[in-house]
Amino acid sequence: MRITTARRIAQVFFFVLFAWLCFVAAVGTRMWQWRGWPIRWFLELDPLVALGTVLSTRSLYPALSWALATIVLTILLGRVFCGWVCPLGSIHHFASWLAQRSVPLKRRIEANQYHPAQAIKYCLLAGMLAAAALPVGRMMLASLQTGLLDPIPLVNRSFNLAVLSVTDLAAGRWSGPGRLYSGAGLIGAIFIAVVLLNVAVPRFYCRFICPLGALLGVIGRSAPWGIGGQRTKCTECGVCDLNCAGACSPMGPIRASECLMCMNCLDDCPKGGQIAYGPRPASAGEIASPGISRRDFVISVAAGLAVAPLARLGGATAGDWPAGMIRPPGAVAEEEFLARCVKCSECVRVCPTNVLQPAGFSWGWEALWTPALNNRIGTSGCQANCIACGHACPTGAIRPLTLDEKLGRGGFEAAGPIRIGLAFVDRGRCLPWAMERPCIVCEETCPVSPKAIHLDEVELTTREGKAIHLQRPVVDPARCVGCGVCEHECPMSGLRAIRVTADNETRDPGHAVLLRFDIRPALKGRDS
Amino acid sequence: MNPSARGPEPLATRREFFRRGLSAGAAIAATGGIGAWLLDRHPPGDFGRTRSLDLRRDFSVRSAGPAMAIARGRDRPGMLRRALAAMGGIGRFIATGDRVMLKVNAAFATPALLGATTHPELLAELVRLCRAAGAASVVVTDNPINAPESCFELTGIGAAARSAGADLFIPGPGAFRAGTLPSGRLIRDWPVLYEPFAGVTKLIGVAPVKSHHRAGASMTMKNWYGLLGGRRNQFHQDIDGIIVELAMLVKPTLVVLDGTDSMMTNGPTGGSLADLKATSTLVVATDAVAADAFGATLLGRTFRDLPYLVRAGESGLGTTDFESLHPARVPAPAS
Repeated sequence: MRITTARRIAQVFFFVLFAWLCFVAAVGTRMWQWRGWPIRWFLELDPLVALGTVLSTRSLYPALSWALATIVLTILLGRVFCGWVCPLGSIHHFASWLAQRSVPLKRRIEANQYHPAQAIKYCLLAGMLAAAALPVGRMMLASLQTGLLDPIPLVNRSFNLAVLSVTDLAAGRWSGPGRLYSGAGLIGAIFIAVVLLNVAVPRFYCRFICPLGALLGVIGRSAPWGIGGQRTKCTECGVCDLNCAGACSPMGPIRASECLMCMNCLDDCPKGGQIAYGPRPASAGEIASPGISRRDFVISVAAGLAVAPLARLGGATAGDWPAGMIRPPGAVAEEEFLARCVKCSECVRVCPTNVLQPAGFSWGWEALWTPALNNRIGTSGCQANCIACGHACPTGAIRPLTLDEKLGRGGFEAAGPIRIGLAFVDRGRCLPWAMERPCIVCEETCPVSPKAIHLDEVELTTREGKAIHLQRPVVDPARCVGCGVCEHECPMSGLRAIRVTADNETRDPGHAVLLRFDIRPALKGRDS
Repeated sequence: MNPSARGPEPLATRREFFRRGLSAGAAIAATGGIGAWLLDRHPPGDFGRTRSLDLRRDFSVRSAGPAMAIARGRDRPGMLRRALAAMGGIGRFIATGDRVMLKVNAAFATPALLGATTHPELLAELVRLCRAAGAASVVVTDNPINAPESCFELTGIGAAARSAGADLFIPGPGAFRAGTLPSGRLIRDWPVLYEPFAGVTKLIGVAPVKSHHRAGASMTMKNWYGLLGGRRNQFHQDIDGIIVELAMLVKPTLVVLDGTDSMMTNGPTGGSLADLKATSTLVVATDAVAADAFGATLLGRTFRDLPYLVRAGESGLGTTDFESLHPARVPAPAS
């Protein structure tokens, strides 16, 4: 079997595995839904997720230890991950093959020549890692934005929120409830654009943009084994460039950090054996340096260091924190959240009610595609007995809670249940408050026991002179956990008459509305 | 083709391969080592966790002599001198080398004559007396409600402190530490003023008599609210509880209650001379509960109208029966 056949089998295998893990990442009763599948495995393998969070939190989240295996593989063998494993790389590979089939050979060889702009990906990597490496602590500025371009979160997000959602609509909703995602159109459009770039230049994203490819290029640039040209009988015919995925000049001197280990050159060399896989460096020589100048590196790092503090000037992590942005239960406080979340959307996909959504631009661009609840979408609010999102999160931006911790029982009584927000009755829109009509759907559907919504009982005379008895909902902030079931069920389907904001969320004591109400009953005096 | 990239000789190539093998091995070992070292060093949520300090502070001085003096008059510096003299002189409380903190009420950026803040003449005299008693340093501080710099300047407190030889400490975000009152229910992991207390050996609270719509009255006990940072306004849900806990947190050397003009209405901001009434009294006491119980009478009330005073008395933080202290009464000088 030719080595390129083995590579194609690996690519198909890992792509199918990736698609399957996305597909099963949904909590539900169907046999193909989440049944212990390692749904975040590709994210765990991703060294850029690991390195980014290590820089931003000075800590390796245990799940990300898998990335060490990828790093070891790359140290020994170069960018094998790009050429053999990466699902987005395989999509690009396939799209490039489709797009380039009918292109004349000469033009294909030209399209696969090394271009100095391939150094851009190293600039993007340096800038993003610099932003992630900003100080942590009281003035936490570290901003993890690698997920915007990191291919594994990108393809994960695109599949979870766009590809699978569209196929769900077409195929009769095999992922459980209907999937609607605000901003999924943009995510899908970016995915299509990224794939279409292969029409212009094969594996455009891998060569010019991919920060993970850049990282692996740096890690594997001096691998002991690799592709190399032999200078003995080479006629410099250039056919080795015909199908070269990385535009790495395999004839030599090879651009070692650009080589995707696709092995096409081994097959294509008409003389045979003029390009070989073996100990490095080969006799035709090589260029191990990634081709980014010192000046460009310094500029990229400086830009990365500047961008994150500039983003914080908006005050979204200070006094002007967005009250409408309700993070899922177990989410860490916002400064740390922005240092951990890689925007992979694994939590969004796994949420059984579809209430968890990718954020748009309205809460600051740092928060783009991070998870937040929208109680108007989905089948119900955040379910009391569900802890799926924290167990899907690869980086600990959402902690993996136990049900006991979420519900404040079994040793967590003193801390109380995890609150993600607080419901507020809009008395100008509520039927019994504003329009003298009975309702109390919110009170009935409140899942907390005793209920977080209680009732004011009043006797009224209507304009027709009829005496009526009304029950009006009142929220008890000491009990409400902000799950949003009431908001979802409120019959005012336009702007709901009861709405949740992130006030009183457990994850940030600075957002507390109440005193430590768990101990208030012990206080004496007129206030208690 | 780049001439410098021409392949090396085979022997050199082999040597280079072994060199790469060794560095790859070293890199792999380093990857594993760093990975193991960093593994879960900061679990999720770790960065929000703060080590809370027990921030109780006791600056009280045990010595024989009157615990309280009530001076009458209109001249604040004069009343202060005479009240202190009646208690045995400031030397009874401030010794040579002491580092004194004066906690003023600088809550609002309003002029001194509106009576919402500590009067600068009174403050300047207190600073001078402390310095004369040998204090090595005097620092004046508060965590105000309005813009801090404006508060200290517009009230005249800043200028008075500087001219009399005190340092002004305007708290920034770094001046607070998470503090806990061990027996407290409200002050738990809460930001409490920390930085200016470094080295301080004596603490004096200086506050005016004001009505306060939430607490009933704001005098020397309510003045400690200015030691709190964070979103302290949530404590208005239990204003009596927080005032009592603050009294447990800090025990001052002295308190000075200025009732020269008392704010009878529109408290605690006031804003009009019509809100003030000339009550022509100044109290110095070691017992803030007693001082405030007396201060309540200047507002036409008793301690029973102020639940935090009742609770503080019941908790043994001081006595609401100020007459039991046999306060020294200093009449206004004959003019």
